[in-house]
Amino acid sequence: MISVTFILQLLINGLLRGSIYALAAIGLTLIFGVMNIVNFAHGTFVMLGLYISYWLYALLGIDPYISLVISVPTLFVIGGLIEKYTIHYSIDAPEINQFLITVGILLFIENMALFIFSPDFRAVRVEYQGAIISIGELIIGIIPLVASAISVALTVGLYLFLKKTDLGRALRAVAANKEGARLMGINLNYIYFIAFGIGSACAGAAGTIISPMYYIFPQVGHLFLLLSFVIVIMGGQGNFIGAFLGGLIIGVVESLCIIFVTGSIKDAIVFSCFILVLFFKPFGLFGKKER
Amino acid sequence: MKHHGVNHPNLLRNYVLIFLIGLFLVLPFFLNPYFLHIMIMTFLFAYLSRSWDLIGGYAGQFFLGPVAMFGIGGYTSTLLYVHFNLYPWIGMVIGGILGMAIGISLCYLSFRFGLTGIYFGLATLTFPEILRIVVLSLEIFGGVNGVLIPLRKSSLLHFQFDGKIPYYYISFFMMLLSIYIMYRIEKSKSGYYYIAIREDEEAAESLGIDTFKYKLIATGIGCFLLSIGGTFHAQYLMFVSPDSSFGIAVTLEIIIRSIVGGVGTLLGPVIGSFILTPLSDISRGILGGYRGVHLMLFGVIIILIILFLPQGVGKWFEKLYDNLRTLFEEKISFLVKKDEFIKYK
Repeated sequence: MISVTFILQLLINGLLRGSIYALAAIGLTLIFGVMNIVNFAHGTFVMLGLYISYWLYALLGIDPYISLVISVPTLFVIGGLIEKYTIHYSIDAPEINQFLITVGILLFIENMALFIFSPDFRAVRVEYQGAIISIGELIIGIIPLVASAISVALTVGLYLFLKKTDLGRALRAVAANKEGARLMGINLNYIYFIAFGIGSACAGAAGTIISPMYYIFPQVGHLFLLLSFVIVIMGGQGNFIGAFLGGLIIGVVESLCIIFVTGSIKDAIVFSCFILVLFFKPFGLFGKKER
Repeated sequence: MKHHGVNHPNLLRNYVLIFLIGLFLVLPFFLNPYFLHIMIMTFLFAYLSRSWDLIGGYAGQFFLGPVAMFGIGGYTSTLLYVHFNLYPWIGMVIGGILGMAIGISLCYLSFRFGLTGIYFGLATLTFPEILRIVVLSLEIFGGVNGVLIPLRKSSLLHFQFDGKIPYYYISFFMMLLSIYIMYRIEKSKSGYYYIAIREDEEAAESLGIDTFKYKLIATGIGCFLLSIGGTFHAQYLMFVSPDSSFGIAVTLEIIIRSIVGGVGTLLGPVIGSFILTPLSDISRGILGGYRGVHLMLFGVIIILIILFLPQGVGKWFEKLYDNLRTLFEEKISFLVKKDEFIKYK
């Protein structure tokens, strides 16, 4: 029953899905690396991205992939403002306070969505919904393919931004050594604002990209939140490439789990892997010894 | 001059304590079922939060998995009662030991592999999520719908009562017990060890404190108490379900009370529960028609408290108490002076 084609198919599905997980996780790892804060509200930004593209599609008929132009800047501003007015004041606070402040943000945004949008499940259904490409026996949906291509493009773009531009270098400098960066004249407040904004924009972009594939409801972010944690830890704190590879690995693992188990047990397997990684490779699969 | 006053520093504290205990003992007879329910939940969450704070506050470990033990306690006693007709009290102890064993194993592994801070937090946050999914997926644990506790008869042995008043007293004594245990730990030698570990673990270790051992002891006691709280919760609601027992929301409810009241203080978690539990229940009652609004409010309250009172409300109460005590001592010393004056005459 389990043929090579079947496994190959699962691998492809896993890689396509994993590249989208990676985009969301890269946002989280950027915030974690630069600000040393684990943002528990990250999943809600994915949720907001989903809702933005849903409403643009439902009200104005804008294609979800074009609505990226709107959702990414919107989420950047929302994230930046949240950083500026709340999280900024807890950067030097104990970890438990940082945890709770981001949880407070999560509760606020998620329940605001519940109040405004109602708990109904919604879906974006575009005309090319069922379109596929078949290569031999393999079947690849157009939507996952486009979604994955966009997220890889965004990831590469962000990578180049971090490597080549002055602002990107400043971000990496703060991640490497906060005090040193400040002595070199880098404005930490500005960098935190940018880092949180970009991180939120990544989550929002991931949300918009997956809007034709997922049901949309206020708690949809939880799944992405936990998966992003798993990926970030696997990749190592603030490790950009690590997070990307981690995303692909998680996508493939999740996909291959279908062979052995059904239903939500696969999440339990992913989380168990996560705890094992934490025990044996606390600095990530690709991490160096120092933090 | 302090020595004019009554030479008993704990006198006022004992008065306040006796007054409060007396008040809470007679209170249930004046409350309707709705407020009784609020009081029971207040006591229960004070108890749970007090138990978590032993690990998360005193021992200073970023422990985000109290709900694992809470759920294990509830599910163990319930399943044993439903399938083997074992009295919940026995199930409670078994659940407590099981929760303690699992909590100690999890923390032992985490400490052994050197997980600290947020890494320990994420490991302990994920663990109950695994349990939740397992319970949700397997029919032997009741699946998605959870397990209903069959209504037998109202008796202490079956941990089932007609009214809410017995639950009130049980939860009240559980809360007192958790405070008493913490008080004893605080006053013992290990209390100082915990303060040292919390302030600077490496320094504590270099002074010869076996930090590993003391962290595990705190975890063990805390997890045992949390599991017992789970059994009480199950018996009170008469059912267990994956979300009400293992949901991340319960973890937040427990931790937030401790932060609001003051982490690592004896009465902080209790004060936190006395503020937040009625607030969240009453706001749910008032705003229940608007779905989600009371949780939005809850989120805003958390953010405001963390930003403006990061030490917790408990510190503020402490100041109030100190002022009261100074006032009290001045009054007494005044009386004593007058007495002396009369004697001289």
